[in-house]
Amino acid sequence: MAEIELRQVEKKFGEAWAVRPMDLTIQSGEFVALLGPSGCGKTTTLRMISGLEAVTGGRIYIDGKDVTWLTASQRDIAFVFQFFALYPQMTVRQNIAFPLESQGMKRAEMDHRIDEVVKMLEIGHLLKRKPAALSGGDKQRVALARSLVRKPACFLMDEPLGALDAEFREAMRAEIKRLHLAQHATSVYVTHDQVEAMAMGDRIVVMSNAVVQQVGMPSQVYHNPANLFVANFIGSPGMNLVAGKYADGVVHLDGGSAYPVPDGWKPVLSTALRSDDVIVGFRPEAAQVGEAGALSGVVYTSDLHGAYTMLHASLEGEAGRNVEDKIVHIRAPREVAHTMGARICFDLAPDMVRFFDPKTEAALAREVRS
Amino acid sequence: MSQIALSNITKRFRAITALNDVAFEVKDAEFFVLLGPTGAGKTTTLRVIAGLIKQDVGHVTFDGQIIDALPPADRDVAFVFQQYSLYPTMTVYENLAFPLRAPLRKLPEPEIRKRVTETAEVLRISHLLERKTAKLSGGEMQRVSIGRAIVRSPRAYLMDEPLSNLDAKLRETLRVELAHLQRTQGSTTIFVTHDQIEALTMADRIGVLNHGSLVQVGTPEDIYDRPATTFVAQLVGSPKINLLNATTENGTLRLDGSDVHLPSREVCNDPKNLPANLVLGIRPEDVRPDPDGLFGGEIALTEPLGVETLLYIRIGRQTLVSTVPGISPLRRGDMVKFGIVRERLHFFDQTSGARFSA
Repeated sequence: MAEIELRQVEKKFGEAWAVRPMDLTIQSGEFVALLGPSGCGKTTTLRMISGLEAVTGGRIYIDGKDVTWLTASQRDIAFVFQFFALYPQMTVRQNIAFPLESQGMKRAEMDHRIDEVVKMLEIGHLLKRKPAALSGGDKQRVALARSLVRKPACFLMDEPLGALDAEFREAMRAEIKRLHLAQHATSVYVTHDQVEAMAMGDRIVVMSNAVVQQVGMPSQVYHNPANLFVANFIGSPGMNLVAGKYADGVVHLDGGSAYPVPDGWKPVLSTALRSDDVIVGFRPEAAQVGEAGALSGVVYTSDLHGAYTMLHASLEGEAGRNVEDKIVHIRAPREVAHTMGARICFDLAPDMVRFFDPKTEAALAREVRS
Repeated sequence: MSQIALSNITKRFRAITALNDVAFEVKDAEFFVLLGPTGAGKTTTLRVIAGLIKQDVGHVTFDGQIIDALPPADRDVAFVFQQYSLYPTMTVYENLAFPLRAPLRKLPEPEIRKRVTETAEVLRISHLLERKTAKLSGGEMQRVSIGRAIVRSPRAYLMDEPLSNLDAKLRETLRVELAHLQRTQGSTTIFVTHDQIEALTMADRIGVLNHGSLVQVGTPEDIYDRPATTFVAQLVGSPKINLLNATTENGTLRLDGSDVHLPSREVCNDPKNLPANLVLGIRPEDVRPDPDGLFGGEIALTEPLGVETLLYIRIGRQTLVSTVPGISPLRRGDMVKFGIVRERLHFFDQTSGARFSA
């Protein structure tokens, strides 16, 4: 177990920022997900922690010790890649034993360690096979086993499930989390998949364009996104974001609908906005379709997701004018009628509405209720 | 547009049977999705319809006419592939106009201009018409690919995983747009995918393929609510359906390796039809934590996804996955009571995996 600390760590490739200066402390035993679209700097960050990539500024500490200029092998970390780097000519067992053998570990201790991880990952029946004879999921299990068997202090994973089919991904996600809970190695997990990050992370570091956008628990990044990027990136679909103008307790949404701002937010909107421009944000499940409602729309299309229906509707103004290109997503029970072209009314759960300043793209902070 | 039917189509590649007696009908203006894992025969089916592969047995009919002898070019179907096959040095306009300038069709230029402009508007790519396709993003390129299919107004669209190469957010957007477009245009569409969400959300009807055989054909509701086999049950729904071995004895249904037991009279109308050993299917949304619930278990793992939380509940040697709305306050190690929505249980044969309709 180990605490990892990044102080003003940065990476430049020539003139281009891969990672702008960032601070981050990962507690001992914590599972942190680095999340963002491709090119956001998450993998570079992971590689700097591992020592595979040199920083161009800042310091990295593991358990208080400055490791900034130590090599990867001196840092007591294990790395798991998206592509299972197994030795094809060795059996599964030989693959798992390899890192221990190269440490010169005693036979009995080695057998004990291997038994332990093999049981944990339920790969006992595969030990004599060669990697070529394994499915993608099993290969990744073996790759995990080989990393875990060393009992590293830190466990760094770079999209380890990225190459697997969706059906394996779900199961492996839970498996990796269970392993983490059993071993409690400090873990840093890189992914572009927000579902994975939400499901696994104790905390999530959301990155975009080489900049850390937000660090928080899954519930924080979901319910209180720091800015428009996080609001849209987290969730499937992301948060609905509708532009409008604020005046006298009401947001006049583009297109004409008027949204009465919940009381607690009125003082915030009157003081914090730089102009009258505002963006109203709400999650698909925050909208409740009913007989009447402050907002209305026309169903663009609707679809079954199994347990629920997702309505995609264009917002409608008082004059009945549709907002072009502005489709909002509403998660509704399956019973809700949803013919294309039908008019629907909905309200927003007041405690689930968020506001953003379009100039800064930042979320407005709500005062703590007194 | 057009009605398409396949009757007992079989296709072998040497010793491998790629398609085994596949038969289904796609109605005029229908959005039909072929769903299945890699190697199920989805793409082969599409290629048989297009005439790119000749079946060994069976017939393809368009509007009641057998077209087995018709070469691909004369079938008048438009193919959209996963890889956008655009001409990189041409502008978007030229790419869209290309099929209309082909020797077979050769429309007058004003007519071409009209069709290209209309198509671009529908797909919201009007602002890109003068750009070279090499300069476009993935999502824009796939819109242009779809546009090139639409512009011809063919009798049917055959789409082979057109969204698979796009990132999650784009896939979501294009899914909604494609479904809307298909419904407003009323185009007969056969769409191949391995992604159950694409199938459930876009299809009028879904055909599930596995190992070259059609396992079930039905509306998304049919497939989700009444899966014909354990294979179909596991293919749709995320998180996956809980499938657990169960035993019936003395009028009681007991989950193997747990203390969950239900009076079989309450779970199905005709318990006598249930065999002694079966597979019980429970969708995660039908396992509900409830202080007055009949069963107890320990939370082994929680996954907070924001809109909902997945709870892994351990009962004896079994683990049940439950989805609850919002962010659950439950923690690993907590003991919970829970109930099961009995009218939504599924029963399958342990050997064949076939559904019992009880």
